[in-house]
Amino acid sequence: MIIEFLSKPWPWYVAGPLITLTMILMLYFGKQFGVSSTLRTMCAIGGAGKVAPFFKFDWRGQLWNIAFVIGGLLGGFIASSFLENPEAIQLNENTISDLTQLGIQSPGETYLPESIFSWSNLFSLKGFSMLVLGGILIGFGTRYAGGCTSGHAISGLSNLQLPSLIAVVGFFIGGILSIHFLLPLFI
Amino acid sequence: MRFIKFLAVGVLFGITLTKAEVISWFRIYEMFRFQSFHMYGVIGSAVVLCILAVWFIKKSAFRSANGGVISMVDKEKGWIRYLFGGILFGLGWALTGACPGPIYILIGNGFTVFIIVLLSAVLGTFLYGLVKNQLPH
Repeated sequence: MIIEFLSKPWPWYVAGPLITLTMILMLYFGKQFGVSSTLRTMCAIGGAGKVAPFFKFDWRGQLWNIAFVIGGLLGGFIASSFLENPEAIQLNENTISDLTQLGIQSPGETYLPESIFSWSNLFSLKGFSMLVLGGILIGFGTRYAGGCTSGHAISGLSNLQLPSLIAVVGFFIGGILSIHFLLPLFI
Repeated sequence: MRFIKFLAVGVLFGITLTKAEVISWFRIYEMFRFQSFHMYGVIGSAVVLCILAVWFIKKSAFRSANGGVISMVDKEKGWIRYLFGGILFGLGWALTGACPGPIYILIGNGFTVFIIVLLSAVLGTFLYGLVKNQLPH
């Protein structure tokens, strides 16, 4: 009964407050919510401090955040294994027709277009460049901006930081440019 | 064992973002085309509630678990790094449909090809570390 209830898609007014709870719990445990710094930590763990001083810091002090993202990974596993929603995502009709025109089959039936996000597509030039370029832009951009959606849009805005507002405006400029000009090159 | 509480909060975060479809590439596409309220509702309500929560925490004598004062670090002043870094991240966010949190959560969901996105993001951060001093901030 409870499982059935939880398996339905959670509306925005449930997810938003739970993200707030996540941020509050992190503050209560003495840390600031922000995911992208784990990428820097991984560079440091891998020995990047030998090459660039930016990675020369005591990464042991950041292991709490690595624990957090491993938790996120586990949460994804739990949700997909025990709380899976059998129905398609309720996308806007315009989104569905736009994506169908781009050649994406049955938008919303899965979380991702599997024609793009699959290992077999990775071995095509387009698929490989999309995933690798996307990842590099995420890693480079978040560190240049000093945070991602969690560090700027959630932690920064909640602390009324003007730099975070500028960063969030940047996220949206980049996202809109990407949808209209970059993405069509890859699908 | 002292990390287990962070692991637990991460699990809450991972389940929430999965169940609210925030990790869905389709939802991000829809958001950047302004075709649905869903993502704006998620982020907007979270931001409003977080602003109220931080205001309350600062105003009250609310303490952290170990009794310390809760403080948040101010971001450095400026705009160049925030705008241009933000744009670069936005380009990647819309392409992969994932910001850093969802990359991990998607791997947990079984979309293991996101391991490549994660490794590329680590590489991107490494490249930033190499050229950091040549960039305007």
